[in-house]
Amino acid sequence: MAQKEIRKELKVSAIENGTVIDHIPSQSVFQVIRILNLTEYPNQLLLATNLESQKMGKKGIIKVSNRFFVPEEINKIALVAPSATLIVIRDFNVTEKKQVKIPDKVEKIVKCFNPNCITNHEEMETFFNVIDKKELKLRCKYCEKITAKDNMVFI
Amino acid sequence: MSMKNKSLISITDFTPEEHIRILDLAEDFERQPTQRILEEFVVATLFFEPSTRTRLSFESAASRLGAQLIGFSEPASTSLQKGESLRDTIRTISNYSDIIIMRHPREGSARFASEVASVPIINAGDGANQHPTQTLLDLYSIRKTQGRLDNLEIAFVGDLKYGRTVHSLVMAFCNYNTTFHLVSPEALKLPSSVKMHIKDKKLSYYQYTDLQEVVPKADIIYMTRIQKERFSDPIDYEKVKNSYVLRKQMLDQAKENLKILHPLPRVNEIAIDVDSNPMAYYFTQALNGVFVRQALLASILGVVA
Repeated sequence: MAQKEIRKELKVSAIENGTVIDHIPSQSVFQVIRILNLTEYPNQLLLATNLESQKMGKKGIIKVSNRFFVPEEINKIALVAPSATLIVIRDFNVTEKKQVKIPDKVEKIVKCFNPNCITNHEEMETFFNVIDKKELKLRCKYCEKITAKDNMVFI
Repeated sequence: MSMKNKSLISITDFTPEEHIRILDLAEDFERQPTQRILEEFVVATLFFEPSTRTRLSFESAASRLGAQLIGFSEPASTSLQKGESLRDTIRTISNYSDIIIMRHPREGSARFASEVASVPIINAGDGANQHPTQTLLDLYSIRKTQGRLDNLEIAFVGDLKYGRTVHSLVMAFCNYNTTFHLVSPEALKLPSSVKMHIKDKKLSYYQYTDLQEVVPKADIIYMTRIQKERFSDPIDYEKVKNSYVLRKQMLDQAKENLKILHPLPRVNEIAIDVDSNPMAYYFTQALNGVFVRQALLASILGVVA
């Protein structure tokens, strides 16, 4: 069992130092890359989707060399990948493992669902308070309307 | 408690204690409406969307206190027509005035303005979102007629889905152990986000489609207009339009202390024969708006504490 796991891991090569984001829903891998601003990342970035997973059926994984995230950064991805785990690698060894958490506030990355909200008409950044972490409901600081999981669009 | 330089965007920006302070001050202004205490101040009224009633009420309040007024009453006369951003308009007018009163068709515009302005903002309506000064004048009217804000049975009637005055007033009354009676067509029920506020405060609300049913229960009936354009199918509108009209004979079973409020303008949802009934309070309610706005201007500009 343990060996099988290792072999699967190695489908994507190991990194010496950095962060592995595991258990991402396959369809969200590219969104995670965008949310974390990794599209123009200058160091090694490995990614895979549709890997077999016992827990999730299919999953995605991203390995970011030489990059360590602060919780506020990483919690943003909880909106699209609430199941994601974060593994910190130093010298090829796992030094820390943690689960992402839905943040209290969501800034800049989500579009307000209300077409008449000022954020959709003025050059400005969006800002939401997360009012329901289970169902994932965000209340816009400006128009005060709720953007729910099903109508969430990422900027 | 100082409200000096504080913007009023949403009714929840002010604490319940601050609401009461405004109501108390408004009583003073009702006793003596003309006091030239704002002579040194310039008040800007920016109406990106026309609203004669609200604008004149604010301008009357400011004038009675001796303030100088600048502003516009429709967007056609502004640089917005030339494509200027709201950010730039607000920043510029911040330089010319001590306080900005604004109405804008976009929801959230007033909150955004308060972030870019160097002077306090009073929201006089941002789309379907908030209209806090209406709420304060409603609170004032209710306290004045009932002698209290606590433990009242309040019926809200009509368009509870889009009616922002209803949303703000419900939120404000969540502080006062209120029982809410919500009367509306199926399609225009109070949104779940507002009902959530009621539930959060562990208060009760009851929903009805029949207006007559709530009349004997209510201390206050808050009527609103049902707008035709809210219905995607005009037949649905025809079906409900006459069932939410308050008529004089319906008041026979009402409590003696009942008062009928309406944010105005009314179309046909309160029959004319109700006007002569002492329970009709909507015209006095509008007058109360001037005193409440005087209280707000004076406290935000720091002239009274």
